[in-house]
Amino acid sequence: VTISHDVSELTAVPSTGHRRRRFSALTRSDKFWLKVMVGVPAALHIALVWIPALLTIALSFTYWDVLRPPSTIKAVGFQNYWFIFTVFDSDLFPALFNNFLLIIWLTICSMIGMLFAYLLDKNIRGGRAYQSIYYFPVVLSLAVVGFIWKSTMFSRDRGLLNTVWPGGRVDFVGDGSKLFQFDLPFLDTPLGLSKNFAALLVAMAWRHIGYVMVLYLAGLKAVDPALREAAAIDGCNEVQSFRNVVFPSLKPINVVVVVITVIEALRAYDIVAALNEQRGTDVMGTLVTRSLLGEGASDRVGFGSAYAVVLLLLCLGFIIWYVISHYRETEES
Amino acid sequence: MTVVTFDDGTTMILNEQPKQRIRPARIVLHAFLITMAIAWLIPIGTAVYNSFRFYEADTQPNGVFAVPTALTLENYRDAWSVGEMGKTFGNTAFIVIPSIFLILLLSSAVAFACTRFSWRFNVSFLVLFTAGNLMPQQVMFQPLFQFFKRVPWPDVISDSNTGNLLGTKIAVIFVHVAFQTGFCTFVLANYMKTIPKELGEAASVDGAGVLRQYFQVILPLTRPALAALGTLEFTWLYNDFFWGANLLSQGDQRPVTSSIAVLNGQYATDFNLIAAASIIIALPTLIVYLLLQKQFIAGLTLGASKG
Repeated sequence: VTISHDVSELTAVPSTGHRRRRFSALTRSDKFWLKVMVGVPAALHIALVWIPALLTIALSFTYWDVLRPPSTIKAVGFQNYWFIFTVFDSDLFPALFNNFLLIIWLTICSMIGMLFAYLLDKNIRGGRAYQSIYYFPVVLSLAVVGFIWKSTMFSRDRGLLNTVWPGGRVDFVGDGSKLFQFDLPFLDTPLGLSKNFAALLVAMAWRHIGYVMVLYLAGLKAVDPALREAAAIDGCNEVQSFRNVVFPSLKPINVVVVVITVIEALRAYDIVAALNEQRGTDVMGTLVTRSLLGEGASDRVGFGSAYAVVLLLLCLGFIIWYVISHYRETEES
Repeated sequence: MTVVTFDDGTTMILNEQPKQRIRPARIVLHAFLITMAIAWLIPIGTAVYNSFRFYEADTQPNGVFAVPTALTLENYRDAWSVGEMGKTFGNTAFIVIPSIFLILLLSSAVAFACTRFSWRFNVSFLVLFTAGNLMPQQVMFQPLFQFFKRVPWPDVISDSNTGNLLGTKIAVIFVHVAFQTGFCTFVLANYMKTIPKELGEAASVDGAGVLRQYFQVILPLTRPALAALGTLEFTWLYNDFFWGANLLSQGDQRPVTSSIAVLNGQYATDFNLIAAASIIIALPTLIVYLLLQKQFIAGLTLGASKG
């Protein structure tokens, strides 16, 4: 069974494959303009995205005090990596662990988003209103989300989070004490979930669930109703029908949601940096920036770049997986 | 309506029965959805409510939900003047409007050339743009920072004191355009693939060159996708915190979203003032969302699905 994932109103016309016009069939001025149309944006994109990324990789193997000219850059091999994994392990591993917690947490949120989408897809009365309400936090910056939650949810005296929190009052902005923690044999500092980071997780869920919900709503609308009817006729109950018929046909959306969830969790920066509470809430994104811009950071370019490369490597697998899965299917169609 | 097929092949159409069977489940469903909707509105609702109340004299002793002793606009006045929001909103407009225009122009050009014509590296270029957009921004930060700091530019666009682009809004525009072109190219390429090839062929038989096909045939047909992307990009660029805060170290150049950190530093414990500032900053994107909800959701789903 083939399912159309096309959400635009235009009907897709089957590609005619190799009958497309060749570049060589064009006039000289056409060729010139095509080169401009690709060349200018590509040059800009490569110069400001790809080359800086490669330079960061190169800088991670060097020592440089940025107050001095680039000619003073010295190659130091893997020394920066050795430093961040041993001397600065109490910075690196808690940040990595927070990113790890974020991946798990946002994955759970994605599942809740899928559940919301599934419920709203049932053509219920007021479905549009529910959808608008669950979705609106997505249009806010995560920095602003952090401040909205700080203003009435997080505070120690009057924060609403404290009304549902069992036990004593907690300052959810500043309290870096851990909800749970464990020791790893090769680390000096225990890893765990701090109270203020847990509060940020709740605020991020507020935004993430609506985001994923909208993606799945579009996906569910594209599922052929005949499939569900067939499943119902064959005697599937709702859970079976979802697991065996609907969910598999959502595969392209699932790939997108997994990539968005993981990349979002790894790139997290705004909400942590905006609330600027370093104890307990550091993630890789803030660690990189602080090593590059923080006080007395002029000679930490090597370390900051090494942190950035670690972050890039974590993202890279998912980026490659996504690009391959997208363009392979495009080629096949 | 439900169709039931029996083993011997006969079918029966049930009309009314299932509706009644489902009713209690529907009530549970609505109860769940309403509870969730209320939970979703509490953070912003209480923030709006308390932004009109005094903090030390009212919210702090009486609580977030209490009936107010007095309503005030003072929090808004203070947030506006301390955050210099007249100026920072201007900075945001200066950055966001030209950026959106350039992003849509450049990305539609690439998408046009890569999907309407067959040449050796067209898919490679699309891969390059798609992958570039997914990279963490921190990874390119330091080289870009040094580039803007060290390379001199003509006086027209550079900082008049240093002769380079660091600390100017132009630098932020450059970065936004380069970065977001990746996402928009991806979406527009998906969209343009669905436009029948014959349209371009017919135009070229009629003697229309590449530019004419782009401006007069393809761009008008791409208008729904451009509108959706424009809306989406508006909120993304408006909401940018990273580049605004880190490339513009002088506060007076910062866009409004990045300048919220300044308020946090000075009024960390006046929660109602923070609420008012958050509401002011959230308002433009919320208004755009309420007016253009359809465009918004179309933009996101276009990005997620395959054309």
